[in-house]
Amino acid sequence: MATVKDFRNDVRPNWCPGCGDFSVQASIQRALAALGKEPHEVAVISGIGCSGRISGYVNTYGFHGVHGRSLPTAQGVKLANRNLTVIASGGDGDGFGIGLNHFMHAVRRNMDITYIVMDNQIYGLTKGQHSPTSAHGFTAKTTPSGNIENALVPSQVALAAGIGFLAQGFSSEVNQLVSLIEQAIQYKGFSLVNVFSPCVTYNKINTYDFFRDNVFNLEQLEDYDATDYLTAQRAITEHNGLVTGVIYRNDNKVAYEDQIPGYEETPVAQANLELSEDVFAAALKEYA
Amino acid sequence: MLDQLSWKVGGQQGEGVESTGETFAVALNRQGYYVYSFRHFSSRIKGGHSNDKVRVSLKRFRASTDYTDVLLAFDQETIDLNVGEVRNGGIVIADEKFKPTAPDNVRLFVIPLTKIAEECGSAIMKNMVSLGASACALGLPVDIFTEVIEERFRRKGQKVVDQNMEAIQRGYDYMKELGGADPEFALKPADGTKRLFMMGNDALGLGALAAGVRVMPAYPITPASDVMEYLIKKLPKVGGVVVQTEDEIAAMTMTIGAAYGGARALTCTSGPGLALMMEAIGLSGMTETPTVIIDTQRGGPSTGLPTKQEQSDFLAALFGTHGEIPKIVLTPATPEECFYVVGDAFNLAEQYQCPVIIMTDLQLSLSKQSTDILDHKAVKIDRGLIASEEEATAAQSHGEFNRYALTESGVSARTFPGMKGGIHKVTGVEHAENGRPAEGAPNRQNMMDKRLGKLKDVEIPGSVVRTGDENADVVLVGIGANHGSIAEATGTLRAEGYKVAHVHLHAILPFPTHALQQAIAGAKKVVVVENNATGQIKHLMSFFGVQHPDVVSLLRYNGQPFLPSEIHDEIKGML
Repeated sequence: MATVKDFRNDVRPNWCPGCGDFSVQASIQRALAALGKEPHEVAVISGIGCSGRISGYVNTYGFHGVHGRSLPTAQGVKLANRNLTVIASGGDGDGFGIGLNHFMHAVRRNMDITYIVMDNQIYGLTKGQHSPTSAHGFTAKTTPSGNIENALVPSQVALAAGIGFLAQGFSSEVNQLVSLIEQAIQYKGFSLVNVFSPCVTYNKINTYDFFRDNVFNLEQLEDYDATDYLTAQRAITEHNGLVTGVIYRNDNKVAYEDQIPGYEETPVAQANLELSEDVFAAALKEYA
Repeated sequence: MLDQLSWKVGGQQGEGVESTGETFAVALNRQGYYVYSFRHFSSRIKGGHSNDKVRVSLKRFRASTDYTDVLLAFDQETIDLNVGEVRNGGIVIADEKFKPTAPDNVRLFVIPLTKIAEECGSAIMKNMVSLGASACALGLPVDIFTEVIEERFRRKGQKVVDQNMEAIQRGYDYMKELGGADPEFALKPADGTKRLFMMGNDALGLGALAAGVRVMPAYPITPASDVMEYLIKKLPKVGGVVVQTEDEIAAMTMTIGAAYGGARALTCTSGPGLALMMEAIGLSGMTETPTVIIDTQRGGPSTGLPTKQEQSDFLAALFGTHGEIPKIVLTPATPEECFYVVGDAFNLAEQYQCPVIIMTDLQLSLSKQSTDILDHKAVKIDRGLIASEEEATAAQSHGEFNRYALTESGVSARTFPGMKGGIHKVTGVEHAENGRPAEGAPNRQNMMDKRLGKLKDVEIPGSVVRTGDENADVVLVGIGANHGSIAEATGTLRAEGYKVAHVHLHAILPFPTHALQQAIAGAKKVVVVENNATGQIKHLMSFFGVQHPDVVSLLRYNGQPFLPSEIHDEIKGML
C-alpha cells in the first residue's frame, strides 16, 4: 500500500517560504495515502498561477493546463476514465475569476471530482493584483485607492449553484484539512474544498493571524447539521464566508457519470473502438 | 424527356418547406437518381422566406443549378423571389389560397393545395398534395412516395399513412386534369442503384462513430450542431458520451482532458467557436495531446452570416494560436470524404500527437446529396505510439515516465492516467523530457524542434487531387464544397473544347507545396476559387512557396455558394 512518501517527488516547489500552499500539498498527499490510493490511480489537474503548479508537486499523474480551465480539463479526464481519482486544483483567480463559469457548471454537472482551491485573496504569480475574493476596500497594485468591487464568497456561490459537498479549510489547520480532503474525495459527486491559504509576499491583510482571528470552525458546534441547506447558508452568512469544516453535504445527489445513458462501467479509455456491424448497418439505414 | 431537372419548394420558415423537399429528394434518391439539395434559410426559427432546391439527375453532380424547372410555392413571396430563375416555359405550382400571380413566361398551375389537404384530414398535408402535383408534372408515378410516407408516418398509424397517400394522389390527379403532365418535363427513369442521402454533417457524425470517438464535448453553433446532435443519439450505443458544455473553451479543454485520459475525443464548432478555442488548441499542441476539432465554416467575421456559405476560417485555423505548434488541417469536399476523414484525422492526431482540424463549410455541411454506400471496415484505427507498463517503467527519469523523450521522429510514446509506471507531468509550460517545467535555452530549442519537427517533412496523402486535361491552359484550384461546382464547370469547358484542369485541396496543413506545385506546372493561368473576400488559399499558396507567374482569384463572399455556370462563365471570360 502506498504511503505519504509515495505521493512525493523530488521537485522543489517554487512557492515562497511560508506560503499556505505547502500545507495544501501536504494535505492532499496525506489524504490520498490515508484513503489507500495508489499514485497511478490519481490525476491532479490544475490551472495557472502559483497554486496551479501543484499538479507538478504531487507524485501522481498531473496536468497543468491553461488559466481558469482546470475544471473542464478535469471533467474530460474523468469522462475518459471514470476509475481515476480526479482532483482539480488552483487558486481564487484561476477558479473564481477567469474560471467561475466553469465552476458553476462543474457544480451543476456534478461529476465525481474534487476541486481544491487555494484561496489567498490575491494574484500572486503576476505579483499582487486584487482577486475576485479580495474584500471591498482591499488595496493592491490594481486597487491603489482600495477595491471598489465586492468580494465573491466562494462558499455562498457554491451553495447557490447546488453543490453536493462543500468544505473550507485553513492552511494552518492541517489535520482538519486532511480530513476535509479525504471526505471530499470519498464523496460521490462534485466536491469543493476551499482553503484559506495566505500569500505571505503580496497579501499583508489576509495573513495567518487574520484567519486565526476571524475564521469560525464549525466543528466547534456540537449540533451543526451539515446536511441542512438552510443551516449551511446561515453559517456562511453569519460569518461572512469565514467558516471552516464541512459546511454542507447532500448524499442524495447522483454523480453525472452514473446518469449517462449507455455509459459503461469499463473506462472509455479501455474500450474496444471497433464499431459493430449491427450498429453501423442500423446507422446507414437512416440515410437510405 | 429530361436527363436532369431542378425542382424547388419555398415558403415561410417553419411551414414544412424542408420536409417537403426532403420527402421529394429521398423518394428520388431511392429510385437511383443522383440528388443534390441546397437549403436557403435564415437565422430565425419561424417566418421569413426559406426554400429547398433539389437537383435530380442521371449523372452525379455536387452543386445546384442556376435555373429551376419546377417551382412549388406556398406563398406569393416564394414566387416573387424565385420566379426569375424559373426557365422559360417552366412550371410554377402554387396554392390557390393566396391567389398567386406569375409572369407570362412560366406556366402557373393554381391548385387548392390547402383545401384538398383539409378534405384529406388536415391542412398540414398541403405538402403532400404539392408532392403529388409535382410528380404528375415530372411524369413520375405516385408510388415512389409510398415507402417514404410509410416509414415517416408508420408510428402515427395506418390511417395517417393512408391520408397522406390520398393527399398525394389527389394532388397528382388535380394536376393531371389541369394538363400539367408534359412529356417535355418527364424525367428519364433511373437505374435503381442504392445510395445514401445525407449531408456532410451526417457523414462527419457517422465517421466519428466509425473512428472510435467516445467523448464529444461541444457547444451548439450553426452549422455544426448536427454533428453533436447526431452523436448524442449514437454514442450511448457504444458506451460513449456527448457533453453540451458551457462554452467552446470548456469544449476544447474537456476534449484535451479526455484525450489525455486515453479516449478518442472530438469537438465540433464554427468560426466564432474556433476563435474561442485557440488558446486551448495551443495547449493541445504544446502538451502533444491528440485532439480533433471540426470547424464547419460559415459567414464571418464575428457572428457574420450564421446560415450562409463562406470559407474564411483558413487563416485562423492555420495561424490563430499564439506561439508555434504542430497542427494538421484537413479539408474534405464531399460527404464520402467527410465520413472517411474523421478516421484519418484521429489516426494522424495520435500518430503525430497534435491537434487536427477538419474544415468543412456550410454548403458541404448542410447540403443533402446522394452519397455512395460507406464502409466502416475501411476505417482503420491507429492509436500511435503508446507505451506498455513495462516500457513505461523502463523509460523513467527522476521516477517519472519520459513522456516527452527526444526521439528522432519527434514523436514520443504516451501513457494514460491509471497506468502503473507511466506517471508523468504534462504542462503547457515549456518542459523537459519527463514533462516537468524547464525553461533553459538548450531544452527550449530541443523541445521546439521536437514538436515542430514531427510534421516537417509530412505531406498528407491525397492532399492534392488533379483531374482534367493533362496540358491544361487554365488550372482551377478549389477547396471544400466548391469541388462540385468547379468539377462541373471544368467538365462543361472541356466539352466546349477548352483545355482546363481542376486541382482540389484536401489538406492545407502541412501545406502540400510540392504536390500543388506539380499539379499546376505548365498551366498558363491558375485560378483559385474560394468563398472569401481576401483570397486566403491564394495567399497560403504564395506563403508556402508555391510558384507560378499568373495566379488569380475567383472569389465569392456574398453568402451564396458558387454555381457551376458562374465559374464556367468567369473562366471562359479569362480564356
